[in-house]
Amino acid sequence: MKQTTEIRGRGPWQLAYERLRRDRAAIGSAITILIAVLVALSAPLLAQITGHPPTMQFGHTGLGPTGIPVGPGAEFWLGTDGLGRDVLVRIAYGTRVSLLVGVVASGLAVLIGAVVGIAAGWFGGIVDTILSRLMDVVLSLPFLVLALALAALVGPGLGISIFLIAFFSWATVGRVVRAEAKSIREREYVQAARALGAGNAHIMFVEMLPMVGATVIVYATLLIPASIGFEATLSFLGLGVPPPTPSWGNMLADAMAYYKVAWWLLLFPGAALLGVTYAFNVLGDSVRDALDPKHDQTIKPGGQS
Amino acid sequence: MSNDVLLQLTGVVKEFTVKVGSGFKRRKRSLQAVAGVDLSLRRGETLGLVGESGCGKSTLARCVMRLFAVDSGRVVFDGDDLTHASNAVLKPYRRRMQMVFQDPYGSLNPRRRVGSIIGDPFRIQGVGSAADRQAKVQELMQLVGLNPEHYNRFPGEFSGGQRQRIGIARAIALRPELIVCDEPVSALDVSIQAQVLNLLADLQKELGLTYLFISHDLSVVRHVSDRVAVMYLGTIVEIAPSEAIYERTRHPYTSALLSAVPRFEADAGTARVESVLSGDPPSPLDPPSGCRFHPRCPRAQDRCRHEVPVLRVGNADDPEHLTACHFPLVDGDAS
Repeated sequence: MKQTTEIRGRGPWQLAYERLRRDRAAIGSAITILIAVLVALSAPLLAQITGHPPTMQFGHTGLGPTGIPVGPGAEFWLGTDGLGRDVLVRIAYGTRVSLLVGVVASGLAVLIGAVVGIAAGWFGGIVDTILSRLMDVVLSLPFLVLALALAALVGPGLGISIFLIAFFSWATVGRVVRAEAKSIREREYVQAARALGAGNAHIMFVEMLPMVGATVIVYATLLIPASIGFEATLSFLGLGVPPPTPSWGNMLADAMAYYKVAWWLLLFPGAALLGVTYAFNVLGDSVRDALDPKHDQTIKPGGQS
Repeated sequence: MSNDVLLQLTGVVKEFTVKVGSGFKRRKRSLQAVAGVDLSLRRGETLGLVGESGCGKSTLARCVMRLFAVDSGRVVFDGDDLTHASNAVLKPYRRRMQMVFQDPYGSLNPRRRVGSIIGDPFRIQGVGSAADRQAKVQELMQLVGLNPEHYNRFPGEFSGGQRQRIGIARAIALRPELIVCDEPVSALDVSIQAQVLNLLADLQKELGLTYLFISHDLSVVRHVSDRVAVMYLGTIVEIAPSEAIYERTRHPYTSALLSAVPRFEADAGTARVESVLSGDPPSPLDPPSGCRFHPRCPRAQDRCRHEVPVLRVGNADDPEHLTACHFPLVDGDAS
């Protein structure tokens, strides 16, 4: 009896977590993301240390005699931009924008997608038809054209960027969740819940949601880099975060005028964008593998498990 | 056994719409899975329901539980007509009738802890406080022979037999009167089957349950049932007290089913005349005219092709024994 209680039950989430912990790519990308988060959090600290607020222009020290940006050095670690602003501090502040947009927009998209998908899959019939056609319509809309039009109408800003990105992302999640929900509704445990008199809310959120949880988490991690990319695109086109607030996208846009003489304007924001989106993508793939019970790496013949 | 009728089914019909054909020839047709079933369950008894796969047993079970809407006929539970009751009306009745499912793997949500699954009846029906629930859940686990310490585990950590015990604990949580057991042991090893059947029998004694026990396994049904109903292609063809159906078989289909049961006693004096069925059951999409069994029946005559036999008492001495056959076997005919 003593022994049976000592064998701790491991739930599906716990198993996934343990698989994730053994995945070196996952650890590496998690560390990269952690560093990005730390940089974002410590952006004001960085401004304090260097003495360069993100929007302040240093006309004398930050620009060369001919008005050309200064390269990386002791004063400006990653150089300055065309207006004599510190690139390092601006990248750090840009990380805040990117992570905020990435997490909030994909969180919203996944939330809407999961609820709509579960509702379509569970209710079926006319509700399913309406919601499915709605998702088809959203998926067939050209993102950039509509984003340009809408942003021009409302004016650029952080809020509208998040809204636009979430609006164009939720349908992908919704479709996948709907397909899963449709198969889950036929399972016997859903029948058992109905036999107990369970209402729609219980079945949708207690029985179905945990089952689509794996899909939702994978999509969330994969949507974050996509959203960061979307935000950079919008900002690059001048429709995202308005200047002088720094974002990776508008920094890259500013770099277009100077990249022939100031390579650091393109390299550092570009590297930040690439590094963070790549890390999220790798993490997303690892999470998907970890949550897939058929992809079990914790039980290896001969290995210590 | 009392004559108090707990569940009364009258002419229950359940149709499904299926799509047949492909491309432009694709069209919808209706399939009668349950084609007019009359059945009554007395309080405290176990009624076995047997039949081949696909004969509509499970569909009938779901009609009884009102998980499906019934297309025609009536479902009356303890005097209350539930045929067209809405989910809201049904909710209080759900405490009084429960179901044990066939698949011990499919009937428990793999992502939820066992304590939470067994606690569902209390949560959904709003019985007891949250604080009481864990004690009640552990009490139930004890009752069905599970270790109450394991309430925090996931279904995946239990064996098939243990999972079926979890399903039974969930079903009896609110002390129902009727339990519909839809092939509760067919997915289990034979050695485990007996344990689960004994558990069901003990619970029946202890809690005064009424069972509708569905199975395709005649020896299991014989072991547990007071009465047995035999179903073929959506209809009941014979219903009788358990011992009568095995000893004084009247319907040729029942006889064929019984002869298909493998038997160990090779020298069992009265060896049953072999009447093994040929072919598959006809498609319920296109049921045979007249008696649905006639294409496979060794005794079929012209009348069977045209006239639908009704379920009736064949022998006045045996009023409990009903058969739907124009030419039933007479005692001693086939056995």
